[in-house]
Amino acid sequence: MRRLGFFVACALTLLAPRLVVGQSELRFCLTSQPKTLNPIAVDDDASETIRYITGGVLIRLDRSTQQPVGELATGWRINKAGNAISFTLRPNLRFSDGTPFTASDVAFTIERLMDPDLHSPTGDSLRSKSGKVETRIADPFHVTVTFPAPVTGLERLFDQVAIISAQSPKKFMAVLGPYYVAENKAGSYLLLKRNPNYWKRDQTGRQLPYIDSIRLDIQQNRDKELLRFTRGEIDLINSLNPESFDLLKNRAPGMAFDAGVALDSEQIWFNQIPSSPLPDYKKAWFNSVHFRRAVSSAIHREDISRVVFHGYAQPAVSLISPANKIWFDQKLKPHAYDVKLALRELELDGFRLQGDTLRDRGGHPVEFSVITNSGNKDRERMAAMIQQDLRAVGIRLNMVTLDFPSLIERITRTFNYESCLLGFVNDELDPNAQMSVWLSSADNHQWNPNQKKPATAWEAEIDRLMQEQASALDATRRKRDIDRVQEIVWEQEPFIYLVNKHALSAVSPNVRNAHPVGLRPQVYWNIDQLAFATQPRRSQ
Amino acid sequence: MKQLRTAALVFLAVVLLASLLAGVIAPAPYDFQFRESFNAACSTRHLLGTDALGRDRFSRVLFGTRVSLLLAPAAALISTVLAALIGGAAGYFGGRLQKVLMSATDLSMAMPWLFLLITVRAMLPLNTEPAVSVVITFGLLGLLGWPAAARVVCADAAKLIESDFILHARAMGCSEVRLFCRQLLPNLKPVLTAQFWISIPVFILAEANLGILGLGVVEPLPSWGGLLQELQSLALVTGRPWQFASVILLIATVTCFHIVIQREKAES
Repeated sequence: MRRLGFFVACALTLLAPRLVVGQSELRFCLTSQPKTLNPIAVDDDASETIRYITGGVLIRLDRSTQQPVGELATGWRINKAGNAISFTLRPNLRFSDGTPFTASDVAFTIERLMDPDLHSPTGDSLRSKSGKVETRIADPFHVTVTFPAPVTGLERLFDQVAIISAQSPKKFMAVLGPYYVAENKAGSYLLLKRNPNYWKRDQTGRQLPYIDSIRLDIQQNRDKELLRFTRGEIDLINSLNPESFDLLKNRAPGMAFDAGVALDSEQIWFNQIPSSPLPDYKKAWFNSVHFRRAVSSAIHREDISRVVFHGYAQPAVSLISPANKIWFDQKLKPHAYDVKLALRELELDGFRLQGDTLRDRGGHPVEFSVITNSGNKDRERMAAMIQQDLRAVGIRLNMVTLDFPSLIERITRTFNYESCLLGFVNDELDPNAQMSVWLSSADNHQWNPNQKKPATAWEAEIDRLMQEQASALDATRRKRDIDRVQEIVWEQEPFIYLVNKHALSAVSPNVRNAHPVGLRPQVYWNIDQLAFATQPRRSQ
Repeated sequence: MKQLRTAALVFLAVVLLASLLAGVIAPAPYDFQFRESFNAACSTRHLLGTDALGRDRFSRVLFGTRVSLLLAPAAALISTVLAALIGGAAGYFGGRLQKVLMSATDLSMAMPWLFLLITVRAMLPLNTEPAVSVVITFGLLGLLGWPAAARVVCADAAKLIESDFILHARAMGCSEVRLFCRQLLPNLKPVLTAQFWISIPVFILAEANLGILGLGVVEPLPSWGGLLQELQSLALVTGRPWQFASVILLIATVTCFHIVIQREKAES
C-alpha cells in the first residue's frame, strides 16, 4: 500500500512541475557552484559538468563504446612520430552567438590552453615535455597541432578541449556544444538554453538537442536531492550512494540504474617513507611485501562490497578498473580472503601469533593506525570492517578520522601516519593519466613520494615500463607494458586495492534515451539526445 | 512537581544502572559485526536491530549510554570546579584581578572552540586508544566549558562578599584563604550545583554534535554522538523507526536532567 502511495505521489508530482515549466526543461542538481565557466580553467566537478554540456570538442570519447568519435572534426590523423595531430574540421559551423567556427579558433584554444600564466589543468594534460606546442593552419578547415614530444593516446586528450572563439565578443561564453549558459544565479541555479546553431541532427534531420533548456540547481545535500527527485522536481541524479539507490530501487525500480563498475577505486596503503617519524620496526613491517600481502589476504573484500556498498561494488584488482575495457589486465583476479595464507605470509617475516596478539621478531605487538577523512561514511565503515578482519590475524588496527586538510598535511608534508585509506577518482581511461602516481619520482607516489632514485627494484621496473609505454606508439606494446605494471602492483601491493564502486544513478521515466554508463558523466553523456516521453524517441 | 522529579530521577537511575551493567545485559559485544544481517530489523536476536555493519544496536546503545552518561558528568565536574575557582576568585578579590579573570573568561567564550577541538583531535597521537580518546574529548569539553558558569559564579561571589557573615568573619580576623574556602565556597554551593546539572546535558549534546562531525568518540567505541550519526542518512532512516532509539533516549535523558535542574534551581 505504501509502495502504491509512493508511485501515485511520484506520478502526480512528475506531472505537476511540467504544467508550470513546460515539457522541455530538464532539471538536475550540481553539488556545488561551478568555480568557473571558462572551459580552459576547469578544475572542479561542477565546472566540468558545464564544460561537458556546453563545450564543443574536436573529438569526443563515446562513453558507451569507449572509442573516440569525431565531433567538430570530421577526421584526424596522427603522424608517425606521434607528436602531431592534423584535424579536418566540419565546415559551416557557428558558435552559439553566430560567430563562424574556423581553424583559427582551434589555434586560439590551443594557445590559451598552453599559456603558462593561465595554469590550465586541461593544458597540463597535453604537456608531454617542456617546449612549445605549435599549431599550423593550412586553410580554414585544416589545422595541425604539433607537440614537442610524442603524446600517447593523443586523440583521447581532445575530449576535454572545448573550443573557444577567437573572434566572438562573448569570448568563452560563445560555445559550440548543445547548450549555452543563459543565466547564472550564483549559489542557486544555472539555466542553460538550447544552442540555436548546434550542428548535430538526428537521423530524421531534426536539429539536436531535443530538450529546450536545462536548469541546474545547486544542491549540496544529497538527501534533499533524492527527495526532490522522488517529488518529480528534478529529472535525474547522476550519482547515488548505495543506500539511496536501494531505497529508490525498492520503491521505483524503473528509476534506478546500476551501470556496473566505474573507474574509481578505494585503497589502503602503508607509509614506506624512509624519513617518516615512525619507529624502525614499524617501517620494517610496512616495507615487507609479506606483511602487505598478509594484510591484503586478511581483508574480506567481498564482505566490504556486500555490507558497505550493498553489493554495488566489486573487489578491486589493480590500478585499472575492470570498467576500463581497453587497459584492464583480464588475467588478474582480486586477492582472495584467506586468513591461513595471511598467517603463512607473516611467518615468513618472523611474525608469530601469541594468544590473540601478533608479535614481530623483536616481540613488538603488531598495532598500527589507519587514517581516513572524517565524514565519509563508506570509508569509516570499510576501516571498521578491516579492523575486525585484521583482528583474526592478531593485528590491532586503530581507526583515526581526520578533517581533510589535516589528513592531506600528514600524507603530503609531515608524513606522520602509518597507513591511509582513501579513494582515487579516475576520469581518464588512458593509464598515462596515472603517471603522477606510478613514477617513483612523482609527488603522488603516495607510499614513498619524490624518490631521487627508485627505492626498490620493482619500483624501478614500474618507472621503466611507464616511461616506455608513454613514448611507445604501438598500442600492443603499450598494453603489454601496462599489463606488466598491473602484475607488479598485484604482486607487491604498494596499494592494497579494496573495491571498485558501481556507477549508480536515477533517471525519471519521463526522460528518454538515457543509457547510464560507468564513465563520467554517467547519465547525461549523450545530453543532446535526451528527450522527454512526449517527444519522439531517437530512432535506433 | 515532586512526583515528576522523582520519576525523572528514577529514569536516570535506571538508564545509568543499565549502562553500568552493559557488559552483563548486552546480548553481543558492541563491536562485533554480524555481517550476514546488517541493517536488520528488530528481532528477538537483535532487540533494536543492527546497524550498517551488522553490529547489535541494543548493545551499542547500552555501551554508548555508559560512555556519554559517565563522562558528561565528569566533564561537568571539571568545568564547575574551574568556574568555582576562577569565578569565585574574581568575585571575591574584585578589582584588577576580577577585570583580568573576566577578560580571560570573555576571551574564552569568544573562542571558536569547535576549531580548537578539531585541531587538538588532529594533533593527538594516531595510536591513541578509543577509550583514551573519549576521555580526552570529554576532558577538553570540560576544560572549555567553564566560562559561562564562571560569570554566574563571579556575580554571586561579588554579592556574597558584601554580606554580613563575611564582614563578621573578616572582623574576627579570619585569613583570606580560610575566608574563601570556608565561608565563600560553601555559600556558592547552590549555584555551583545548578551549574553542574546544567552542564551535563550541554556536554552530552556537545559530544553528540562532535560525533555527527566525525570528531567525537573513535570507532568502534559507541557513544550517543556516534549513534546519532546513522540518523543523518534519509535512506537509512526511512522505514526503520527503531533507529530512533538512541535519539529518543538522548531526549528523554536530557529532559530528565532539566527536570532535576529546575528543582535544583528552585532550591538555590
